[in-house]
Amino acid sequence: MTASDTAVQAPVGVRPPEADSPRPGFSDWPQERVAREIRPAPDRYRNALGKYKVDRSAACASCGRCVEACQFGVHSKPAGYALTLRPRDSFCVGPACAETPESCVSLCPQHALTVRPNPSAECMGDPRWSSDLILATWHQAATGQPAPPHLESRTGAAGGGFDSLRFKFEVPGFDPGPGVPAGTDIDTGLDLNHRNDGRPQIHIDLPVYGGGMSFGSVSIHTILGKARAAAAWNTFTCTGEGGYHDRLKPYDDHVITQVATGLFGVREDTIQRVRIVEFKYAQGAKPGLGGHLLGDKNTPAVARMREAVAGNALFSPFPFHSVYSVEDHKKHLDWIKEVNRHCLVSVKVSTPTDVDMVAVGSYCAGAHIIHLDGSYGGTGAAPDIAKKNIAMPIEYAVPKVHKFLTAEGIRDKVTLIASGGIRTAYDALKTIALGADGVVVGTVEMVALGCVRCACCESGRGCPRGIASTDPELMMQMSLEWASQRLINLNYAWREQMVDALARLGMTSIRELRGRTDLLCYVSDEPVAAAEVS
Amino acid sequence: MPDRYHIHTAATPAVFRRIGKFANVDWREDCSRCSNCVKLRCLYDVHRHESAFNRDPEAPGATLDECKACLSCVQGCTKGLLDVSVNPEFLSIGDAYWTPNIILTTWNQADTGRIPVSGAGYRGRFHGPGFDSIWTDMSEIVRPTRDGIHGREYISTSVDIGPKPLRLEFTPEGRMLTPPLRLLEIQLPVILDVAAWREQGARLAAARIAAAQELKTLAVVRAGEAVQALPKQLPYVVPVVAREDIANCRDILEGVRMAQLRDGADAVALAGELHSINPKLTVVVRLPLSPAAADRIIELNRAGIKVFQLCADQHGREKLGNGRHGRHIKDALREVHGRLVKEGVRDEVTLIAAGGIALAEHMAKAIICGADLVAVDTALLVALGCRVCRDAHPRTAEGEATCGSGELCPAETDSSDNAYATQRMVNLMGAWHSQLIEVLGAMGIREVRRLRGEVGRAIFMEDIEKEAFGDICRVPRSQVSA
Repeated sequence: MTASDTAVQAPVGVRPPEADSPRPGFSDWPQERVAREIRPAPDRYRNALGKYKVDRSAACASCGRCVEACQFGVHSKPAGYALTLRPRDSFCVGPACAETPESCVSLCPQHALTVRPNPSAECMGDPRWSSDLILATWHQAATGQPAPPHLESRTGAAGGGFDSLRFKFEVPGFDPGPGVPAGTDIDTGLDLNHRNDGRPQIHIDLPVYGGGMSFGSVSIHTILGKARAAAAWNTFTCTGEGGYHDRLKPYDDHVITQVATGLFGVREDTIQRVRIVEFKYAQGAKPGLGGHLLGDKNTPAVARMREAVAGNALFSPFPFHSVYSVEDHKKHLDWIKEVNRHCLVSVKVSTPTDVDMVAVGSYCAGAHIIHLDGSYGGTGAAPDIAKKNIAMPIEYAVPKVHKFLTAEGIRDKVTLIASGGIRTAYDALKTIALGADGVVVGTVEMVALGCVRCACCESGRGCPRGIASTDPELMMQMSLEWASQRLINLNYAWREQMVDALARLGMTSIRELRGRTDLLCYVSDEPVAAAEVS
Repeated sequence: MPDRYHIHTAATPAVFRRIGKFANVDWREDCSRCSNCVKLRCLYDVHRHESAFNRDPEAPGATLDECKACLSCVQGCTKGLLDVSVNPEFLSIGDAYWTPNIILTTWNQADTGRIPVSGAGYRGRFHGPGFDSIWTDMSEIVRPTRDGIHGREYISTSVDIGPKPLRLEFTPEGRMLTPPLRLLEIQLPVILDVAAWREQGARLAAARIAAAQELKTLAVVRAGEAVQALPKQLPYVVPVVAREDIANCRDILEGVRMAQLRDGADAVALAGELHSINPKLTVVVRLPLSPAAADRIIELNRAGIKVFQLCADQHGREKLGNGRHGRHIKDALREVHGRLVKEGVRDEVTLIAAGGIALAEHMAKAIICGADLVAVDTALLVALGCRVCRDAHPRTAEGEATCGSGELCPAETDSSDNAYATQRMVNLMGAWHSQLIEVLGAMGIREVRRLRGEVGRAIFMEDIEKEAFGDICRVPRSQVSA
């Protein structure tokens, strides 16, 4: 499936790529320009999944009344067709429409139509990534527009963290405030260098960039799709710890080279060709445990890039066995800064109880970006016990670190990026309100590409949906162009929601939102405690 | 250097009927026989297995539960005929604490002995009651640590049962006054307990004893069941003894290293009698977890009892009598541990936490909250196919336990092969052991003894919520949904 040519104009406030602007990076490779425009990128499967299932019984007389009644495009009967086509039930909005007298169900003279919850959709997801969230993300990736109201697109059903936080403007009873006048230009961009150390400033147009996913853990189409979307949106994606694929070179200016403990595929060249280098100390989903690429996924192509033997399981140890102090850490950062004298350095750490001290240590060692990866983040494979239990969720870590850096007087000298369970545009906004500058996302990109969260990324041939697999047959389920467009569209939808929320909050820049916990409220299940401000 | 402790796991497929999460793949009529069938391309061969099973009822039915709900068939079918749904039978097993997912993961661990690994991030609720409101710490950059279960350095999971003197005392002539240490060391901070909530046959006790021997830990059995232990197994047997059992169990008591007795007015006297039979015996008092537990432990400690098993109910709660329940074991343990520390006697006593230990993480968290080790009971039954159905398990004329539905309880019927039952218990504990090492490795702790009471290396929901969200205004849920 490829994207059609129907482009939609960029919304107000989004800076299109400037045709004659000087090249921002240092890559010697010609850089591809990727258009930042919405193009429809519908579901790549034959039967798109919806929240509801529309059944048409044999009593249907193909009279076409349903086609006239439905404003959502569920029913169609093209000219010259004798029979009405199978309902496109993914468009159906459910009982909100079906129970009205104007619905197809009510108007069908044969009573041949019924609407019911889709049992298959109910099999998708989990409390953190509810079925609604997955379907809403698919809608955004397909259309570039926020999800329709019948899908809950802001929060999951996990009962805590982001799902217990709301902006006050979302809750009845709070004064929504004046907002900003319609048409005001609202800036969602972010500068990443606050150290004033003579290194270049890097500006990204969204407070979001893509997390590290190695070649091996995901397919080349997934990696390149992320890179092309990052190029279109003037933001970044990250190599993960799998080396730097040659096909990433046209997007060098938007790629972060990750240096992780296994040092797979890390060479001077891969550090020198990018604008940001990331040191990965730990990963939120398996903090303190290192990485593990199962032997099945270590195909000859993967092994070549990692300079390893195909078929062998590959471990990234934990921690860097050369780093046991902040001084050792500084030595590492100095090494990178020496190899690439123009890059910014990001430090990715997990969220232990002393995450605030770790953040200060990273600042002192010279990091431009401190990237906190919370414990509920995604992974290609991790022990279940680690995913659930080790280290704190990002919702707790961000305010802890933000307050500590502020108290230390260094908050404005470092960029704080958070990841690990950021699923929606509203999660991103809440993270920023809790104290981060921006966010890194990973799982939501996989969901946009068709992931159903079946959690089988690691087994056998890998992802049955062809996203997190290097199996030659499985990965061909998805074209590069389609993957890129889904992610470009998702960014559009996210930006629109961010701009809308900032407008309601009376802000003209995402940077004004940082640390504004006064704009949030916490949904409590305890009525007595809820009456007080604790 | 002694041999590195190793648990010999071996694939032991379940012989009971497993209940899959997404077993219910159905399709409607109107198949066009397009020869483009997505069912043939199922990555997990679920449709092929189902087809074989339909043709031959003797074909293994267990493979039918392998659907992972990837929905590739649902979305790919030419005519959109397929649907997958969550299996209602799956949702009906267990209860609110022993959830279907806990039962399924226990079955999987008992099958293979492997640590459960999956892709994608954490999938459950943000936090929950009891153990689900604790996160364990990890060490970041500045603390050396190991590489988890793949590490080159040894992480010890052995624990000592018995009093540890705070200091050695000597006469002026240099003769040691402190009596020699009588510590009982086991290689896993888990003992295999007898489940109090249901009747069990003697076969399960035999399997538990064999598993304890393999695991180098201890198996708690009823006094009458201890007689079936072979002499070489006796060091791994812990009989639960009442006064009336003593006469019949004298031989057993001379051979075992540890015995348990229930708390009561004559507990101290009974312990004395047991010691008179076997002076080296470690005597454990089982007492119900209750708000009075700390006081009772301090009292019994003064009277010379040094090892206690605190028994919560199967949901890990205090037993308040009359069917009422109190705090979760994590809160009660923290209180008991804190009291003992304050009294200066923490190292004189050993605490075994029992009840509601359903997952490997519960073991680690109970130890963080103050237990020295845990006792596992229901999870062992689940490993053999028990669905925690809570029925009374009436016995058939042949003495076999049945579930309420009349179906024979899988944990009993299918475990007639003792080696099978033993291996599945060993597998489960092997998987738990690996997971404990993951947790310890992530924390940078080299031995589980150092985990006890390390609340500073854990994150408690009540504390962190206040720290992170304490300055955020609260609204009732009704206001949001309104």
